[in-house]
Amino acid sequence: MNESINLKPGQINGETGIWEMVIGLEIHAQISSKSKLFSGAAASFGAEANSNVSLVDAAMPGMLPVINEFCVEQAVKTGLALNAKINNVSIFDRKNYFYADLPQGYQISQFTKPIVGEGEIIIDLDDGLQTIIGIERLHLEQDAGKSLHDQHPSKSYIDLNRTGVALMEIVSKPDIRSPQEAGAYVKKIRSILRYVGACDGNMEEGSLRADCNVSVRKSGEEFGTRCEIKNLNSVRFIIQAIQSEAERQVEILEEGGNINQETRLFDTSTGETRSMRSKEDAHDYRYFPDPDLLPLEFSDSWVQKIRETLPELPDLLKKRLVNDFGITPYDASILVEEKDYVDFYQKAANGKDGKLTANWMITELFGALKKENISLSNSPISPEKLGQLIALISDGTISGKIAKDVFAEMMKSKKSPSNIVKEKGLEQVSDDTEILKLIDKVISENEDKVKDYLGGKDKLFGFFVGQVMKLSQGKANPGIVNKLLKEKL
Amino acid sequence: MSNKESIVDIPTVNKIARLSRLNIPEASKQNLTNDLNNILGFVAQLDEVNTSDVEPLASVTGHKLPLRSDKVTDGNIEDLVLKNAPESSSGFFVVPKVIE
Repeated sequence: MNESINLKPGQINGETGIWEMVIGLEIHAQISSKSKLFSGAAASFGAEANSNVSLVDAAMPGMLPVINEFCVEQAVKTGLALNAKINNVSIFDRKNYFYADLPQGYQISQFTKPIVGEGEIIIDLDDGLQTIIGIERLHLEQDAGKSLHDQHPSKSYIDLNRTGVALMEIVSKPDIRSPQEAGAYVKKIRSILRYVGACDGNMEEGSLRADCNVSVRKSGEEFGTRCEIKNLNSVRFIIQAIQSEAERQVEILEEGGNINQETRLFDTSTGETRSMRSKEDAHDYRYFPDPDLLPLEFSDSWVQKIRETLPELPDLLKKRLVNDFGITPYDASILVEEKDYVDFYQKAANGKDGKLTANWMITELFGALKKENISLSNSPISPEKLGQLIALISDGTISGKIAKDVFAEMMKSKKSPSNIVKEKGLEQVSDDTEILKLIDKVISENEDKVKDYLGGKDKLFGFFVGQVMKLSQGKANPGIVNKLLKEKL
Repeated sequence: MSNKESIVDIPTVNKIARLSRLNIPEASKQNLTNDLNNILGFVAQLDEVNTSDVEPLASVTGHKLPLRSDKVTDGNIEDLVLKNAPESSSGFFVVPKVIE
């Protein structure tokens, strides 16, 4: 093994050389509808067991599914936001399998003709680079119920509240090459879904879950056999699961073994994946068109109407922030992650230094909120007050260093920055005569160092600046201190 | 129809039975295999029709799929939903342990 090789994310340095990962994601996003995809039962989370269940969801004989128009609209809207082809005719199929929480014995899904076809999105990576990831399709389908296995030693308890809730499955092309890209992809899809309003993106409550298809190959070779890791519900787990699964596959291949195409589960306690279903029966779903449902058809003009309701999406918004506020594309990509962030930023930066506002919001405000575990919508510092703080820094009233103290006080007291500055007497001292007094004092107290400085020890200049700043309790304007010190010495 | 090759054999019957969770007695398997081959052979006559210019069809009625608005109009009928369950407890269906 060559230790000195600089591996890119998604590469594994094995005994036989460098391997790369090939990853495709299936994201299941719960549509933010009030009722289910094919029944009028509520789609809400956390109700009493089996209370949000109609006889359609319970698959009683003779019940017929009727599709929810809102869910169709959300799928189309999401498809448009993914720059994807909208299929004006699509078909519902039955995906057959047996499980206790699937009373129909099949899931109504879309197989041959999904509502949305190929598209693509841009993802933002941590190093500021961007990559395009292809979308294979988006289709509508029913969620399954919930099984509880820990209520009884030999029985499973079944709650059908989630049965029939509308999901969109968004399938990527196998364009993803590292766990980090997979994480960025999920974040981007989540962000788009939230902008569009099709899904709340809440991963903890399971509104957004991902299945990851992972294989490995030597660069330039054909795709290897893939394994599917089911039901990952956080970006962190997605990254861990892909890394550990790819390493497992490399180990097997390098020992001369073969990868079995199978479904695997990620064990969050061990950080490893384990086999879930036997390969034999997996994916033998015997799809066929659902005879209870006619093809879903709509006109171009209906799609156009939906297109007109699309909000400004993250990619365009990002470009606009870079143009209008002069911030870096990377800062812009953080700010557009959530609609809340952009709204806050635009209010705070209105008429202010855009770059400085972005820095303060991302580093100081996000940092402080995270530490206190507060969401931006409950921030003790309003956008207007953050803007006022930025203005005080920009016009030289306070230094950046003092501003941090003011900021900390704002987090606690909700007072306006100018009040805090006044109360505590924190105004920056920019008056030449005041600063000269300080400089004289420092020089007279450090005559030996002045001699050294004049003798050629240029580095001591920083020492003098530091002493003057210290003497002013941080309030002296550092620019003026620098200028006057130079003149004086 | 019977001059077509048999496409279903006993292992295929075993597989379909397992996927469908059906327990088929050993003695019936040969008959079932013959039946399935006859049915498939009968349906295979459709292959004789030239469909190269015909779009696949998912419905023959010509009706469009009706849509409903997104309103909660159903639910809160736990008793009815659980009525036929062989076993239930505190609002849940109770089934033999199924865990993967």
